[in-house]
Amino acid sequence: MEPEQPSPDTERASLHEETQVPPPTLWPAGFAIGVVVILVGLVVHPELISPIGAAIAVVFGYLWARDATAELRGRAIVVEPERRERPEPREPAAPTGLEGVAPRPAVETAVTRSRFLEGATLGLGGVIGGLITVPVAGFAILPSYLGQKQHKVDLGPLSMFPLGQWFVATFTTDPAEGEVSRRTAFIRNNGTVADPKTGQMVPSFTIISNRCAHLGCPVQANGPSGAILGQKTVFERTANGKVRLIPVVPAGYGCPCHGGQYDTEGNRTAGPPVRALDRYAFEIDNGRLVLLSTYSVSHVVGTGAQAKIYKYQEAGPGQHVDGPEQWFYPLQPPHH
Amino acid sequence: MTLRRPPTRAELRRQRMEELVTYPLDWLEERSGLVGGIRYFLFRNVPSDVNWMQTLGSAALTAFLVQAITGVILAMYYTPSAATDPATGKPVAYESIQNITDHLTLGWLVRGMHRWGASVFIILMFLHMGRVFLFGAYKYPRELNWIVGVLILVLGMMEGFTGYLLPWDQTAYWATVVGINLNGTAPFLGPWLAQFLRSGQEITGETLTRFYSLHMLVIPAGIMALIGLHLYLVIRLGVSSPPWSKEAAGMEPAEEEPVPARRPGLMRPVPRGAGAAAIQAEPGGRD
Repeated sequence: MEPEQPSPDTERASLHEETQVPPPTLWPAGFAIGVVVILVGLVVHPELISPIGAAIAVVFGYLWARDATAELRGRAIVVEPERRERPEPREPAAPTGLEGVAPRPAVETAVTRSRFLEGATLGLGGVIGGLITVPVAGFAILPSYLGQKQHKVDLGPLSMFPLGQWFVATFTTDPAEGEVSRRTAFIRNNGTVADPKTGQMVPSFTIISNRCAHLGCPVQANGPSGAILGQKTVFERTANGKVRLIPVVPAGYGCPCHGGQYDTEGNRTAGPPVRALDRYAFEIDNGRLVLLSTYSVSHVVGTGAQAKIYKYQEAGPGQHVDGPEQWFYPLQPPHH
Repeated sequence: MTLRRPPTRAELRRQRMEELVTYPLDWLEERSGLVGGIRYFLFRNVPSDVNWMQTLGSAALTAFLVQAITGVILAMYYTPSAATDPATGKPVAYESIQNITDHLTLGWLVRGMHRWGASVFIILMFLHMGRVFLFGAYKYPRELNWIVGVLILVLGMMEGFTGYLLPWDQTAYWATVVGINLNGTAPFLGPWLAQFLRSGQEITGETLTRFYSLHMLVIPAGIMALIGLHLYLVIRLGVSSPPWSKEAAGMEPAEEEPVPARRPGLMRPVPRGAGAAAIQAEPGGRD
C-alpha cells in the first residue's frame, strides 16, 4: 500500500467535527463552588458565609444560564476554532489511517478522552464497590465481638455444697442479658486435694456443663432429685441473681434430643456425642464458689478429686477435640 | 358498503368511553413500552399438550407472594426483642407473638397463613422440582434454570430456619441451638459459621435480631432476585412439552418459522417458539 497524505477535504471534515463541540465553560464549576460555600457556611457561620456562597451561586448561575440559553435567544455562539498541528509522520511509510485497515498513526495511540472516562468510571466504581464490600465482608467473616469479658458466676458460699453431694445448679451468666443466659451445671464437692504444683491442699469440685457434646441440647441427670430424696431445693441470691441448687443422685446424664448418654464424670457412654461433656473452670473467692469459662474435655479417667481430665480449648458441640477428626477444626473463633 | 351516516349519540358516547379507557394505556405504552412488555410476559405460546403439573411453579410463586404479604403485616406488630417484660416476666418477642395471635384483629389468620404457608411454599417447591425432574425439563437448554431453582430452594429453607426462631419459645430456642451447632460441625469454617449465626459464642438477644434481619431483609431480597432470573429464563426458553408429547419437546413446525442464522442475542426478544425451534434446528441439536 502506498503512503498517502489525506486530501484537504477529509482534513477539513475532521477539523470541522472538532470545532462543533461547544467550548467548555467554567460557570457550572463556579455555581457548584457557590453551593458548597452555602453548605459549609450553614455549619460554620450561617449569617456570614452562607450569603456569600449564595451570591457566588447566583452570579455564576446567571452566567451559566445566559450561556446555556444563548442559542435559544438567537445569539450566535462564538467558537474559537481549535487548531492543532499535524504531527510529522515518524516514518515515511506510516499511513494516516483514513482508509481501510491501515494501521493507526502514532498520535492516536495516546489515551483518548472516552477511554480515559471509561477507565475512570470503572476505576472509581471499583474503588467505591471495594469500600462498601470491606465492612460487609468484615462483618460476615470476623467474630461479632472481639475481646469479650469473661463471665464470673457466683454460686454462693462453699457451705452450700456438702461433701460428695451432687447438685443441679441453674444460674444466669449475665443478669443483664436475662433469662437467655441461664445455664445449668452439675456440681459435686470432692473435698480437698493436694495441688500438684505447690503441694497445698485446695478444694476440688466436679462442675460439668449440661450442654450436650452432640448438638448442644440440655442434658438431664438420670436419677432422683429434690423432694424424692427428702431434700429441699435451695434458692440463693448472689451477684448473678437467682441461683437454684437442686440435690440429685445421678446415675449419669442423658440428652432428650438425640439420646446421647454420659456417666457421672461426663464421659460419653452411648449415642451420638463425639466427646465428654464440657466442664467449668472455677475459683474460690472469699470462701465462695465462682464459675469461670468452660473448656472442652475429650474424656476423663478416674472420678472425683482423683479424676484425670483431658482438657482442650472450648469447642462447639459436635466438634472433635482429639483423634484425626480434630484436624477438621483447626481454628476456633475467639472465646472468652 | 357501509352507509355513511352521522354516528348516533350512543355511538359517540361509546367511542368517547373507549378513548377514555385506552388513552392512559396508550400514554403509558408510548412512553414505557410496559403494556407490550406485560402482554409479552403473560400471553405467550405454550405447547398444546401442557399438563396441570406444569402449574406447580406458579403455585410455588403464589405461596411465596402470600409469605411476602403476610410477612410484611406481621413485621408491623412483631418485636424481635429477647428482653423480659417487667410486667409479665415474659420475653417481649414471645409476648408480641401472643398479642398477634390473641388480640390483633385477624392476627391469628395472618400468622397462621404465614406459619402454614411456609410449609406450603417448601412443599410446592419440592413438587415443582419433582415435576421438572420427571418431565426432563431440566435438560438443555434449561440447565441454568434448574440451578437457579435449587438456589431458591436453599434460600427458602434458610427462611424456614431463621423464621423458626422468631416466636422465641422453647421449641424455637432449642431447634435453633441444634441447627446452629449442626452448622458448627462443618469442617474448617463450621465454627466460624456458627459464631456468625449466633452473633457471638452464645445464643442471645442479638441472635434473635440477626435472624429477624436475615429472615425479612437479606434472604427475601435474594429469593426475589432469583425468582426474577428464574422467570426471565422461563420466558426466554419457553415451556417444555410433557415427555409423552407427540411433538419433539418444545418444537414448532420448521416450515412455519424460518430458522435464524444465529441464536437470538440477549437483547433481542425471541418470538415464543422461534427460540426453541432455532435451538432444535442447530447442527448437533436433536433434529
